[in-house]
Amino acid sequence: MTSPAALATPVAPATDSATHSATKRFALGIFDDEDVLLHAIDNIRGAGVKIYDVFSPYPVHGIDDALGIERSRLPIAAFFYGMCGLAFALWLQIYTLGFDWPMIIGGKPHIALPAFIPVSFELTVFFTCHGMVITFYTISKLYPRIKTPVLDVRSTDDKFVMAIELDEHSSQLPKLTQLLRENGASEVNQKEMTKF
Amino acid sequence: MTLIGAGVLILILGVIASLMHWGEHHEAAGEVAGHLNPAHNASSHEEGHSVLLRRIIVSLWHSNVFFIGVSVVGTVFMAIQYVAYAGWSVVVKRINEALSAWLIPGGVLLVILFVIGRHDIFHWTHDGIMTKGSANYDRIVAGKSGFLTFGFYLVRMISYLVIWAVFSWRLRQLSLAEDLNGGTSYFHTSVTTAALFLVLFAVTSSMSAWDWVMSVDVHWFSTMFGWYVFASWWVSGIAATALIAIFLKQAGYLRFMNSNHFHDLGKLIFGFSIFWTYVWFAQFMLIWYANLPEESVYFNQRLGGFEGRYTWIFYFNLVINFAFPFLALMTRDAKRQMIMLKIVCIAILIGHWSDFYLMIMPGTMKGENGFLIEIGIALIFLGAFLILVTRRLAEASLVPVNHPFVEESVHHTT
Repeated sequence: MTSPAALATPVAPATDSATHSATKRFALGIFDDEDVLLHAIDNIRGAGVKIYDVFSPYPVHGIDDALGIERSRLPIAAFFYGMCGLAFALWLQIYTLGFDWPMIIGGKPHIALPAFIPVSFELTVFFTCHGMVITFYTISKLYPRIKTPVLDVRSTDDKFVMAIELDEHSSQLPKLTQLLRENGASEVNQKEMTKF
Repeated sequence: MTLIGAGVLILILGVIASLMHWGEHHEAAGEVAGHLNPAHNASSHEEGHSVLLRRIIVSLWHSNVFFIGVSVVGTVFMAIQYVAYAGWSVVVKRINEALSAWLIPGGVLLVILFVIGRHDIFHWTHDGIMTKGSANYDRIVAGKSGFLTFGFYLVRMISYLVIWAVFSWRLRQLSLAEDLNGGTSYFHTSVTTAALFLVLFAVTSSMSAWDWVMSVDVHWFSTMFGWYVFASWWVSGIAATALIAIFLKQAGYLRFMNSNHFHDLGKLIFGFSIFWTYVWFAQFMLIWYANLPEESVYFNQRLGGFEGRYTWIFYFNLVINFAFPFLALMTRDAKRQMIMLKIVCIAILIGHWSDFYLMIMPGTMKGENGFLIEIGIALIFLGAFLILVTRRLAEASLVPVNHPFVEESVHHTT
């Protein structure tokens, strides 16, 4: 997933290797060019390597397909947020204007549905958009926190960073370095992250 | 490419032949029904023709206004794409150009219909209605005498049609010249032409809606009406573009058109169906809430008036033009699969045709409306419309090969 890393703040590399359980090791391939990156993704996945994630300064066209990322289920959530908003709006208006404190407005019935449509529409949109934003931030871990982990701060500027997860002893690193280099990575780094 | 076009022409000509046949058949059936009810001919209508003839003239007007709208929307859609420097839509550009083939014959027919049948369509054309002291005198209609006169109306009508036809022709010529000679100069000229056209269309579309549709209910007025008619035309025009694209694609043409383009067309159809509902509701709710007699008479006639004969079509109109496209096109897959999009497009075209039915019939035919003649005439129009559109599609390559954005359009992803 191409997280908008620009929102994140840099953090010092995790040096504490005592917390093995929460620590993950990554090989980071740094790319300068979007097209090179897209080809590299195809080749590296073709070579049977599982890519953990790719970080880019901006959304790259076609990268979701290249990485084989499933389509987001956010629209389904949005539909239910909308239904909640609609139900809430109808309840609010029907209960308050129809039962709790009935008033005659403009000679219309207490429960005058055409008059309720604008409010129902607004609340549906309100619930949908807020629900979607909150859900998106939560699942992308973009909610506010004290330390935000970033694998390489340059992915917020002009570099594309491909992260591949390593095992505890980094045994595949030499092979991966070669593979990334062959596919156009300008440098390959290793990095440990806690709580990522 | 000519071969492709010729293939399309023959393919759709076959469809048309059967359509025309149905049309005549229905019309004949309607005629019989008309003759069986001679009582209706003795209606109290002061002027104009017999019920049968009136039905034919009014439904010709109704279908023609609808098809002219669909036709000009082809050019409007293309003009907006030019002005926005949009690339994705280049693959459907030739379909947009072809839609406007109906403008000239449709326009001529509209003028003839107005000259011959205006007493059957427009109450305000009746003799003496604007003359003080006459038995027919109507103070409210007389108050509009500055705008609704035969000469001025005709001049306005011809100017809208000429503006639309000239700009459609000009954009088409530029596009064809671009195919032959290449270069970006045609594109830049098209952008300027399109921008000018859009400004003129903004005015003429609203005014034509007042003239051609709203003045049927001459006592009534609505400031939303121009938008309302435009929204109806606009969504039908996009649906027609998508539908023709689907038919061409399924016949093996338009190879560069893929589900990404259909997705975008689907989004526009989805969005503008909601836009139409928004405009419809904006008009309805204010009238409903204020409940002024001179305004709410419009909805009284349609909801329960004339023994409730328009009530079902009033609700049908909302279901087919809003609820159905809204629910059916909501998911991504529905917009990307041709089968769903095709069903929705057909529904929208039928729906907006009946929207115009609902705008025009209560004011003209009152309690004497019907469907067989109207549907028959609509099918004849559809046949003629398709002949002209496919003939124009066949005239040029389906891909504007030298358009600067053709490459972008081919690689379009959403």
